[in-house]
Amino acid sequence: MSGKLKKEGKRILCAIVILAVLMITEKTGAVPAVFENRILTLVLYLIPYLIAGADVLKNAVLGIMHGQMMDESFLMTIATIGAFITGEYEEAAAVMLFYQVGEWFQSYAVGKSRGSITELMNIAPESANLEHEDGSIEEIDPDDVEIGNILVIRPGEKIPVDGEVLTGESLVNTAALTGESVPRTARPGSQVISGCVNGEGLLRIRALKAYEDSTVSRILEMVEEASEKKSKTEAFITRFARYYTPAVVFGALALAIIPSIVTGEWMTWIYRACTFLVISCPCALVISVPLAFFGGIGAASKNGALVKGSNYLELLASLETVVSDKTGTLTEGSFRVTEVIPAAGVSEEEVLRAAAAAEGLSTHPIAKSICEAFAKTQEGKAEELSEERITDTDNYAGEGLTAVVGGKTIAVGNGRLMERFGAAYTPVEDAASTICYVAEDGRYLGAVLISDTIKKDTKAVIAAMKEQGVKNFVMLTGDHRGVAEAVGREIGVDKVYAELLPQDKVARVEELLKGGEGSGATAFIGDGINDAPVLMRADVGIAMGMMGSDAAIEAADLVIMDDDLSRIPKVMKIARKTVGISKQNIVFALAVKALILVLGAFGIANMWAAVFADVGVAVLCILNAMRLLAVKSTI
Amino acid sequence: MKKKFKCEIDCANCAAKVEDAVRKIEGVTDAKVNFMMQKFTLEADDASFDEILQKAIAAGKKIEPDFSVEI
Repeated sequence: MSGKLKKEGKRILCAIVILAVLMITEKTGAVPAVFENRILTLVLYLIPYLIAGADVLKNAVLGIMHGQMMDESFLMTIATIGAFITGEYEEAAAVMLFYQVGEWFQSYAVGKSRGSITELMNIAPESANLEHEDGSIEEIDPDDVEIGNILVIRPGEKIPVDGEVLTGESLVNTAALTGESVPRTARPGSQVISGCVNGEGLLRIRALKAYEDSTVSRILEMVEEASEKKSKTEAFITRFARYYTPAVVFGALALAIIPSIVTGEWMTWIYRACTFLVISCPCALVISVPLAFFGGIGAASKNGALVKGSNYLELLASLETVVSDKTGTLTEGSFRVTEVIPAAGVSEEEVLRAAAAAEGLSTHPIAKSICEAFAKTQEGKAEELSEERITDTDNYAGEGLTAVVGGKTIAVGNGRLMERFGAAYTPVEDAASTICYVAEDGRYLGAVLISDTIKKDTKAVIAAMKEQGVKNFVMLTGDHRGVAEAVGREIGVDKVYAELLPQDKVARVEELLKGGEGSGATAFIGDGINDAPVLMRADVGIAMGMMGSDAAIEAADLVIMDDDLSRIPKVMKIARKTVGISKQNIVFALAVKALILVLGAFGIANMWAAVFADVGVAVLCILNAMRLLAVKSTI
Repeated sequence: MKKKFKCEIDCANCAAKVEDAVRKIEGVTDAKVNFMMQKFTLEADDASFDEILQKAIAAGKKIEPDFSVEI
């Protein structure tokens, strides 16, 4: 809580106590002599009124001087002065007091939600250590770093700009940016990202980007600007407020004059007009909707997702179609041996050993995955695979390869390669994998199944998205139909488009955007590689992995900081809650205001009810919006 | 030149009003008052930036007496 807010709070509390004492003594008739004197009563009630409302009166006067007639302060001043004129002293003081309570509470709530976001955004580096040519080090503002500058990063310091390590080795903590708790190794030649915290080692880096183009300042900017992109609900409320206040003020004016001329009961009608003025402030509406969205964006950030605008949060709540890339998004994007099927009398290890020996020199992803799998079986054992044993290798394009290892010819490849060497292989049927058969001197050893593994939570995430209202989950991939369909079946997608070229993806998304039934929005999830055009085109572009390509983060509307898919249904849930809360607030506030306006016009609702319709509703709406900040962080 | 400042602004509606007023000042290319983040962004001519900044603050204070900018 800021000092100003504290001071304000104390003043309001003080006024409340005074007002309460005055009201109790008047009601109980403890000191009849005082309250029989109307002038003295007025003076007494003016004390809490002025303690609480001096600012409002001052602002109203300033407003009049500057020609700002329709502002809140002015309306409150007129309404309360009107109440004093009609002799309702305690109500006049109470209205002012409660108005101030509401204002105070608004500042408090906004400050609180702001705090929770800035806490998350506590990633901005304060300074950079510039190394001059003569070796001296100067501390400068990160803004003043130029591309090519040599910077020294001491242990525990934040990396000021994106750069490349020249000397030194250290573990760099990226948790604040990605939610990923495992630190990354930084050594000469590797790139480091601004905002990350340096571990134990001293690093010397060369700046690759200026501060304003570096990751950290781009993230900060994104979050800041998110609250500037208004949702439809917000835009509606702002427009509504523009007409609402003048309409109610003119209503009040009419109410004060017309019936008074007819009936001659000026005081009654002026009092009723004052209740109108109290209700005329649109503050509850104007603050509660953006606050809900702000809270929603904050809650999403806490869950490792950057939403680039309130409008996208609104769209996320009504997602009907989700289109996703396969490799790297739904799957790990790396090959792994998933199964080894040895021939009779052969062990799994022997199959892998032979395959790994033959593939030892290859850099193909499949070869690497076989070597990794073999290395795993050898963990803790003394024997190492030595490359020298390979004496001769031959590649058979589209079939596989052979290698002479320790005098024996090993063939690793598909069925055709086996036939070429006359190995009696047992065909394996598995649509989702790439199959490598292994033979040694024409003797079949077994098969190794390799596939791009599905991320472990993909299936659960798709199910969770469907729970959040997604009707159609579409997978796009450049892979072969067989593999794609098998993966699709396993994870539960509704439709698979396989064998697509990158440009086909945009066309498919366009098609889905047009063909979408109803009002539901369409989202595209990509890992950011070659995805920028599709991310732009979709209603909501979702980029996975902060460390993905810059272009994708620029083009995306929702950036998931790490590769964790499960953050998407979480954000959707937050989005639905946000939209729900903002709608509740609008309906509730409008209904109460309309009701009190009507009742006030007929003299049934007094000024107390009007204060509730204004301040009470504002406070309730704010409390409702603040529920979003209670969404627990999972990082 | 575009520069960001911390500012103090008390309500969303006043932020919008201040923003409008600052944009009307001569030499201002763009101005933003971000209520949620309490940030004031001013984009104006390089040569007279400081002068325009002072004018902008004065204009803001005129509309919303509580508006202040940390320079």
